[in-house]
Amino acid sequence: MSAANDVSTSAKASSRWRVSEVLFWIVVLACPFLFPSRYLIMTDILRLALFTLSLDLILGYAGIVSLGHAAFFGVGAYSAGLLALHGIINEPVLALIVAGLAAMVLGFFTSFLVIRGVDLTRLMVTLGIALLMEALGERFSNITGGTDGLQGIEMQPILGMFAFDMFGKTGFWYCLIVLFLLFLLARRIVHSPFGLSLRAIRNNPLRASAIGIPVNRRLIAIYTLAAFYAGIAGALFTQTTQLASLDVFSFERSADLMLVLVIGGTGYLYGGLIGAVVFKMLQELFQAITPQYWLFWIGLVLVIMVMVGRARIHRWVLWLPNLVIRQIAGRKATVVVPEADAS
Amino acid sequence: MTVTLETRDLQKSFGGLKVTRDLSLKVEQGARHALIGPNGAGKTTVINLLTGVLQADSGRILLEGQDITDLAVHKRVLRGLSRTFQINQLYADLTPLETVGLAVSERLGRGGDWWRRMGTRSDVNDEIADILTRFHLFDVMNELTATLPYGKQRLLEIAVAIAAKPRVLLLDEPAAGVPESERHDILAAVSALPRDVTVLLIEHDMDLVFSFADRISVLVNGAMLVEGPPEAVARDPQVKAVYLGEGADA
Repeated sequence: MSAANDVSTSAKASSRWRVSEVLFWIVVLACPFLFPSRYLIMTDILRLALFTLSLDLILGYAGIVSLGHAAFFGVGAYSAGLLALHGIINEPVLALIVAGLAAMVLGFFTSFLVIRGVDLTRLMVTLGIALLMEALGERFSNITGGTDGLQGIEMQPILGMFAFDMFGKTGFWYCLIVLFLLFLLARRIVHSPFGLSLRAIRNNPLRASAIGIPVNRRLIAIYTLAAFYAGIAGALFTQTTQLASLDVFSFERSADLMLVLVIGGTGYLYGGLIGAVVFKMLQELFQAITPQYWLFWIGLVLVIMVMVGRARIHRWVLWLPNLVIRQIAGRKATVVVPEADAS
Repeated sequence: MTVTLETRDLQKSFGGLKVTRDLSLKVEQGARHALIGPNGAGKTTVINLLTGVLQADSGRILLEGQDITDLAVHKRVLRGLSRTFQINQLYADLTPLETVGLAVSERLGRGGDWWRRMGTRSDVNDEIADILTRFHLFDVMNELTATLPYGKQRLLEIAVAIAAKPRVLLLDEPAAGVPESERHDILAAVSALPRDVTVLLIEHDMDLVFSFADRISVLVNGAMLVEGPPEAVARDPQVKAVYLGEGADA
């Protein structure tokens, strides 16, 4: 049946790799060769990108706002730290997965609190859970090391082969590979029927259930998955910095995350990645200019961004590159599609 | 005839206001049943009770003899009770293909599929293609719903409901707000609905009601006033007094 073939082709069109996406990852791959002395900041960006990707899955796709995503980051971070410190699991990749799963368990159980209610309720509940975790960490300082954090974490070589080096090169590639794999998984998921049903739920939950979508079950699933992603991000943090202190749970971490995602744009997977790059670069830039007041400038950028509208900024920024590409590759090619036009 | 959808002594109040009073309604298998009533008669509340958006204070709802009173909204849909919305509640930034695809995926139990991409299951694709063709949406399946003419959007509304393969379909004012020029398509689509689908039509437009329905229930102040075949309802003095007198000049 040719009509069904048309349907199939059209339905698959949105999940096809675009030229702009391939270019994006080529640029990412080029970075370590272009800036061989900046591994630490680049690793920092990668971890933040993964963490933001996690928030984008629930906020951008499913419409669940959260001001407490650091809870999962923190659980991942401490799990990885404790596993390494006490020599329970010495191999980093395995420990990473276990840490992610630990965060996932917390995500699953707290999801039942979060799926209820409206945005404000969700903000408060997520915020509350993160504060709870932080307080628990403080209470059980014999385990968490309290404000000093875990001391003396030593990481074994990845897969027994790649030792972490002092320049952070191994850590960088480790984070990049993990980010890329989890990005692929997320990309697969958002283009699946499951992913599409999340978008339907975000837009209109009542309508979604009238179509036959089990709204709560879908929200629990994506929240749990996002917790896994955040846990992995936290574990990468501990593994690459050999630090885990109570600030992994901090409110600032959750709030910054929201900033990063808003800067990059919600509801498309590259939003988190681009947001992380822009945020860290702005931070670097403003810290160099005014070490004490850099937050002022970040705030200003954010306000401008929200007032002017990101789609418009994207169009301005992309105008010249798109012009050049169109001259070379013909009318239809675009470098990067503004968020509003991408599906 | 067997009864497909039935309510028994359904009651619903908002605070002190009784919006549904002892409503007992029987919709027969394959019927074209219309529920009419003046504004504020509680028609929308009945729809919300039937679909599970609201919970009744007392009374039962039966679908094909099975009690569905306590089932969640999406479970009723999977049992075969589907609805359209009066006010446009379509997904503006999805395409007709995606919208219909959502409903078909859920019905075939593929909606939770997180590993397969959309468009890679032939059973789902076949059905999407079939429904889009039947409702004249195939040509516009990749356009964003927001950009479609209103008449097409109303067709999509019905198409999505049909995609769930309902045995009972609740049509909430399907032609509301559709311009005269596109009206014909809607009426054609409504009358072309398969006979084995039982239809409960909630409608203001008397032409549509009397051309379509083989049975009419009149709801006034949340209670059933009269029920019967169209001719009898049209002649009924109570109905004339309460409803048609007012509706005639509307």
